[in-house]
Amino acid sequence: MIVPYGHVLSLAGIIFCLGLVCVVARRNLIMILIGVEIMLNGAAIAFMGSGLLWQRLEGQAFVLFILGIAATEVSVGLALVLHAYRRSGSVDPDTYNVLKG
Amino acid sequence: MNVYALIFYATAALITAATVLAITRRRAVHSVLFLVISFLGSAMLFYLLGSPFLAALQVIIYAGAIMVLFLFVVMMLKAEHGEENKFPWRFWGPGLLVGFLFFAAICVAVFSDPSGPVPLNLAMVTPKEFGRFVFEQYWLSVEIISLLLLLGLLAAIHLGKERGRVEEGQG
Repeated sequence: MIVPYGHVLSLAGIIFCLGLVCVVARRNLIMILIGVEIMLNGAAIAFMGSGLLWQRLEGQAFVLFILGIAATEVSVGLALVLHAYRRSGSVDPDTYNVLKG
Repeated sequence: MNVYALIFYATAALITAATVLAITRRRAVHSVLFLVISFLGSAMLFYLLGSPFLAALQVIIYAGAIMVLFLFVVMMLKAEHGEENKFPWRFWGPGLLVGFLFFAAICVAVFSDPSGPVPLNLAMVTPKEFGRFVFEQYWLSVEIISLLLLLGLLAAIHLGKERGRVEEGQG
Protein backbone atom coordinates (compact mmCIF):
# COMPACT_ATOMS: atom_id res chain seq x y z
CA MET A 1 0.00 0.00 0.00
CA ILE A 2 1.15 3.50 -0.76
CA VAL A 3 -0.57 6.34 1.14
CA PRO A 4 -4.12 7.12 2.26
CA TYR A 5 -6.45 8.22 -0.52
CA GLY A 6 -7.05 11.58 1.15
CA HIS A 7 -3.41 12.56 0.77
CA VAL A 8 -3.53 12.09 -3.01
CA LEU A 9 -6.72 14.15 -3.16
CA SER A 10 -5.12 16.84 -0.98
CA LEU A 11 -2.14 17.03 -3.33
CA ALA A 12 -4.50 17.35 -6.29
CA GLY A 13 -6.39 20.10 -4.46
CA ILE A 14 -3.19 22.00 -3.69
CA ILE A 15 -2.07 21.84 -7.33
CA PHE A 16 -5.52 22.92 -8.52
CA CYS A 17 -5.59 25.90 -6.12
CA LEU A 18 -2.11 26.99 -7.22
CA GLY A 19 -3.34 27.01 -10.82
CA LEU A 20 -6.40 29.00 -9.76
CA VAL A 21 -4.24 31.60 -8.00
CA CYS A 22 -2.09 31.84 -11.14
CA VAL A 23 -5.14 32.42 -13.35
CA VAL A 24 -6.62 35.08 -11.05
CA ALA A 25 -3.48 36.95 -10.03
CA ARG A 26 -1.21 37.12 -13.06
CA ARG A 27 -1.64 39.88 -15.65
CA ASN A 28 -0.14 38.05 -18.62
CA LEU A 29 -2.03 35.87 -21.09
CA ILE A 30 0.76 33.29 -21.22
CA MET A 31 0.69 32.92 -17.43
CA ILE A 32 -3.09 32.55 -17.47
CA LEU A 33 -2.80 29.65 -19.94
CA ILE A 34 -0.09 28.13 -17.73
CA GLY A 35 -2.49 28.36 -14.79
CA VAL A 36 -5.13 26.45 -16.74
CA GLU A 37 -2.55 23.77 -17.51
CA ILE A 38 -1.70 23.46 -13.80
CA MET A 39 -5.40 23.06 -12.95
CA LEU A 40 -5.80 20.31 -15.57
CA ASN A 41 -2.77 18.57 -14.10
CA GLY A 42 -4.32 18.63 -10.64
CA ALA A 43 -7.50 17.09 -12.02
CA ALA A 44 -5.45 14.35 -13.67
CA ILE A 45 -3.76 13.51 -10.37
CA ALA A 46 -7.17 13.23 -8.68
CA PHE A 47 -8.39 10.89 -11.45
CA MET A 48 -5.32 8.68 -11.08
CA GLY A 49 -5.79 8.37 -7.31
CA SER A 50 -9.49 7.56 -7.66
CA GLY A 51 -8.81 4.95 -10.33
CA LEU A 52 -6.33 3.28 -8.01
CA LEU A 53 -8.70 3.39 -5.04
CA TRP A 54 -11.51 1.55 -6.83
CA GLN A 55 -9.12 -0.51 -8.98
CA ARG A 56 -10.92 0.56 -12.15
CA LEU A 57 -9.44 1.69 -15.43
CA GLU A 58 -11.88 4.55 -15.99
CA GLY A 59 -9.71 6.98 -14.04
CA GLN A 60 -6.73 6.35 -16.28
CA ALA A 61 -8.89 6.58 -19.42
CA PHE A 62 -9.99 10.04 -18.30
CA VAL A 63 -6.39 11.07 -17.71
CA LEU A 64 -5.76 10.15 -21.34
CA PHE A 65 -8.68 12.34 -22.45
CA ILE A 66 -7.44 15.19 -20.24
CA LEU A 67 -4.11 14.98 -22.08
CA GLY A 68 -5.87 15.36 -25.43
CA ILE A 69 -8.02 18.24 -24.21
CA ALA A 70 -5.02 20.03 -22.72
CA ALA A 71 -3.11 19.75 -25.99
CA THR A 72 -6.05 21.17 -27.97
CA GLU A 73 -6.66 23.95 -25.47
CA VAL A 74 -3.03 25.02 -25.48
CA SER A 75 -2.72 25.09 -29.26
CA VAL A 76 -5.90 27.13 -29.76
CA GLY A 77 -5.13 29.36 -26.77
CA LEU A 78 -1.61 30.15 -27.91
CA ALA A 79 -2.84 30.87 -31.44
CA LEU A 80 -5.36 33.31 -29.93
CA VAL A 81 -2.62 34.93 -27.83
CA LEU A 82 -0.48 35.40 -30.94
CA HIS A 83 -3.45 36.84 -32.82
CA ALA A 84 -4.21 39.31 -30.02
CA TYR A 85 -0.54 40.24 -29.72
CA ARG A 86 -0.33 41.08 -33.43
CA ARG A 87 -3.38 43.35 -33.10
CA SER A 88 -2.56 45.19 -29.90
CA GLY A 89 1.16 44.66 -29.34
CA SER A 90 0.70 43.50 -25.78
CA VAL A 91 -0.11 40.36 -23.81
CA ASP A 92 -1.64 42.25 -20.89
CA PRO A 93 -5.37 41.42 -20.78
CA ASP A 94 -6.12 44.89 -19.38
CA THR A 95 -5.21 46.48 -22.70
CA TYR A 96 -7.93 44.68 -24.66
CA ASN A 97 -10.61 47.28 -24.13
CA VAL A 98 -11.48 48.21 -27.71
CA LEU A 99 -14.30 46.46 -29.53
CA LYS A 100 -13.42 46.85 -33.18
CA GLY A 101 -13.74 44.36 -36.00
CA MET B 1 6.06 4.42 6.44
CA ASN B 2 7.29 2.28 3.60
CA VAL B 3 9.40 3.23 0.62
CA TYR B 4 6.37 3.96 -1.61
CA ALA B 5 5.04 6.50 0.87
CA LEU B 6 8.47 8.12 0.99
CA ILE B 7 8.54 8.36 -2.81
CA PHE B 8 5.02 9.81 -2.81
CA TYR B 9 5.74 12.52 -0.25
CA ALA B 10 9.06 13.45 -1.86
CA THR B 11 7.39 13.70 -5.27
CA ALA B 12 4.49 15.69 -3.83
CA ALA B 13 6.89 18.16 -2.22
CA LEU B 14 8.81 18.48 -5.49
CA ILE B 15 5.65 19.10 -7.53
CA THR B 16 4.28 21.66 -5.08
CA ALA B 17 7.56 23.56 -4.78
CA ALA B 18 8.10 23.63 -8.55
CA THR B 19 4.53 24.83 -9.16
CA VAL B 20 4.81 27.59 -6.53
CA LEU B 21 8.06 28.75 -8.12
CA ALA B 22 6.46 28.58 -11.57
CA ILE B 23 3.50 30.78 -10.74
CA THR B 24 5.57 33.44 -8.97
CA ARG B 25 8.35 33.98 -11.53
CA ARG B 26 8.28 37.30 -13.28
CA ARG B 27 9.60 36.05 -16.62
CA ALA B 28 7.47 33.57 -18.52
CA VAL B 29 10.49 31.55 -19.66
CA HIS B 30 11.49 30.80 -16.08
CA SER B 31 8.01 29.72 -15.11
CA VAL B 32 7.77 27.43 -18.16
CA LEU B 33 11.04 25.76 -17.15
CA PHE B 34 9.84 25.27 -13.56
CA LEU B 35 6.60 23.87 -14.93
CA VAL B 36 8.57 21.25 -16.87
CA ILE B 37 10.00 20.08 -13.53
CA SER B 38 6.50 20.00 -12.06
CA PHE B 39 5.14 17.88 -14.93
CA LEU B 40 8.08 15.48 -14.74
CA GLY B 41 7.20 15.08 -11.05
CA SER B 42 3.60 14.30 -11.97
CA ALA B 43 4.90 11.70 -14.41
CA MET B 44 6.74 10.03 -11.52
CA LEU B 45 3.52 10.16 -9.52
CA PHE B 46 1.59 8.49 -12.36
CA TYR B 47 4.22 5.76 -12.45
CA LEU B 48 3.83 5.26 -8.70
CA LEU B 49 0.04 5.18 -8.98
CA GLY B 50 0.19 2.32 -11.42
CA SER B 51 0.34 3.49 -15.02
CA PRO B 52 3.76 3.56 -16.73
CA PHE B 53 2.05 4.24 -20.07
CA LEU B 54 0.43 7.46 -18.86
CA ALA B 55 3.72 8.46 -17.21
CA ALA B 56 5.44 8.17 -20.59
CA LEU B 57 2.62 10.13 -22.24
CA GLN B 58 2.91 12.82 -19.57
CA VAL B 59 6.62 13.20 -20.27
CA ILE B 60 6.18 13.20 -24.05
CA ILE B 61 3.06 15.36 -24.39
CA TYR B 62 3.01 17.66 -21.36
CA ALA B 63 6.68 18.13 -20.50
CA GLY B 64 7.77 17.74 -24.10
CA ALA B 65 5.30 19.04 -26.64
CA ILE B 66 3.11 21.49 -24.71
CA MET B 67 5.92 23.16 -22.80
CA VAL B 68 8.06 23.49 -25.94
CA LEU B 69 5.06 25.14 -27.63
CA PHE B 70 4.88 27.59 -24.73
CA LEU B 71 8.61 28.30 -25.04
CA PHE B 72 8.30 28.98 -28.78
CA VAL B 73 5.43 31.40 -28.28
CA VAL B 74 7.20 33.19 -25.42
CA MET B 75 10.23 33.61 -27.68
CA MET B 76 8.06 34.86 -30.57
CA LEU B 77 6.31 37.46 -28.43
CA LYS B 78 9.49 39.16 -27.16
CA ALA B 79 7.07 40.80 -24.75
CA GLU B 80 9.07 40.97 -21.53
CA HIS B 81 8.15 44.62 -21.12
CA GLY B 82 8.56 44.42 -17.38
CA GLU B 83 4.82 44.72 -17.10
CA GLU B 84 4.84 42.95 -13.76
CA ASN B 85 7.66 44.82 -12.13
CA LYS B 86 6.28 44.95 -8.65
CA PHE B 87 4.31 42.48 -6.61
CA PRO B 88 0.88 44.09 -6.97
CA TRP B 89 -1.30 43.22 -4.00
CA ARG B 90 -4.17 44.57 -6.05
CA PHE B 91 -3.97 41.34 -8.07
CA TRP B 92 -2.35 38.90 -5.65
CA GLY B 93 -4.68 39.72 -2.76
CA PRO B 94 -7.88 38.49 -4.46
CA GLY B 95 -5.98 35.61 -6.06
CA LEU B 96 -4.65 34.33 -2.76
CA LEU B 97 -8.05 34.85 -1.13
CA VAL B 98 -9.84 32.83 -3.82
CA GLY B 99 -7.19 30.12 -3.70
CA PHE B 100 -7.33 29.87 0.09
CA LEU B 101 -11.14 29.69 0.18
CA PHE B 102 -11.17 27.04 -2.51
CA PHE B 103 -8.46 25.06 -0.72
CA ALA B 104 -10.43 25.22 2.54
CA ALA B 105 -13.50 23.87 0.74
CA ILE B 106 -11.43 21.04 -0.77
CA CYS B 107 -9.98 20.20 2.66
CA VAL B 108 -13.46 20.00 4.21
CA ALA B 109 -14.65 17.78 1.36
CA VAL B 110 -11.62 15.48 1.53
CA PHE B 111 -11.47 15.04 5.29
CA SER B 112 -15.19 14.47 5.71
CA ASP B 113 -15.03 11.78 3.02
CA PRO B 114 -15.36 8.30 4.59
CA SER B 115 -13.03 6.78 1.98
CA GLY B 116 -10.34 9.36 2.74
CA PRO B 117 -8.23 7.27 5.16
CA VAL B 118 -8.47 4.13 3.01
CA PRO B 119 -4.92 3.18 2.01
CA LEU B 120 -4.27 2.75 -1.70
CA ASN B 121 -3.03 -0.64 -2.84
CA LEU B 122 -0.28 -1.08 -5.35
CA ALA B 123 -1.43 -2.02 -8.82
CA MET B 124 -0.13 -1.73 -12.33
CA VAL B 125 -1.84 -1.82 -15.68
CA THR B 126 0.10 -2.72 -18.78
CA PRO B 127 -0.29 -0.59 -21.92
CA LYS B 128 -1.91 -3.55 -23.67
CA GLU B 129 -4.73 -3.90 -21.14
CA PHE B 130 -5.16 -0.15 -21.05
CA GLY B 131 -5.41 0.15 -24.82
CA ARG B 132 -7.88 -2.75 -25.00
CA PHE B 133 -10.02 -1.12 -22.32
CA VAL B 134 -10.00 2.33 -23.92
CA PHE B 135 -10.76 1.12 -27.43
CA GLU B 136 -13.46 -1.31 -26.33
CA GLN B 137 -15.31 0.74 -23.70
CA TYR B 138 -14.58 4.32 -24.68
CA TRP B 139 -14.12 4.19 -28.46
CA LEU B 140 -16.67 6.97 -28.94
CA SER B 141 -14.76 9.28 -26.62
CA VAL B 142 -11.56 8.49 -28.50
CA GLU B 143 -13.26 9.51 -31.73
CA ILE B 144 -14.55 12.72 -30.15
CA ILE B 145 -11.08 13.56 -28.85
CA SER B 146 -9.57 12.95 -32.28
CA LEU B 147 -12.19 15.23 -33.84
CA LEU B 148 -11.39 17.84 -31.18
CA LEU B 149 -7.69 17.63 -32.00
CA LEU B 150 -8.46 18.08 -35.69
CA LEU B 151 -10.58 21.15 -34.95
CA GLY B 152 -7.83 22.54 -32.72
CA LEU B 153 -5.36 22.09 -35.56
CA LEU B 154 -7.64 23.93 -38.00
CA ALA B 155 -8.26 26.75 -35.52
CA ALA B 156 -4.56 27.14 -34.79
CA ILE B 157 -3.74 27.29 -38.51
CA HIS B 158 -6.51 29.79 -39.19
CA LEU B 159 -5.70 32.08 -36.25
CA GLY B 160 -1.96 31.86 -36.69
CA LYS B 161 -1.90 33.03 -40.30
CA GLU B 162 -0.26 36.33 -41.00
CA ARG B 163 -2.70 38.99 -42.12
CA GLY B 164 -0.94 39.82 -45.40
CA ARG B 165 -0.64 36.20 -46.39
CA VAL B 166 -4.39 35.68 -45.99
CA GLU B 167 -5.23 38.56 -48.30
CA GLU B 168 -2.63 37.38 -50.74
CA GLY B 169 -4.19 33.92 -50.73
CA GLN B 170 -7.69 35.30 -51.18
CA GLY B 171 -6.72 37.73 -53.87
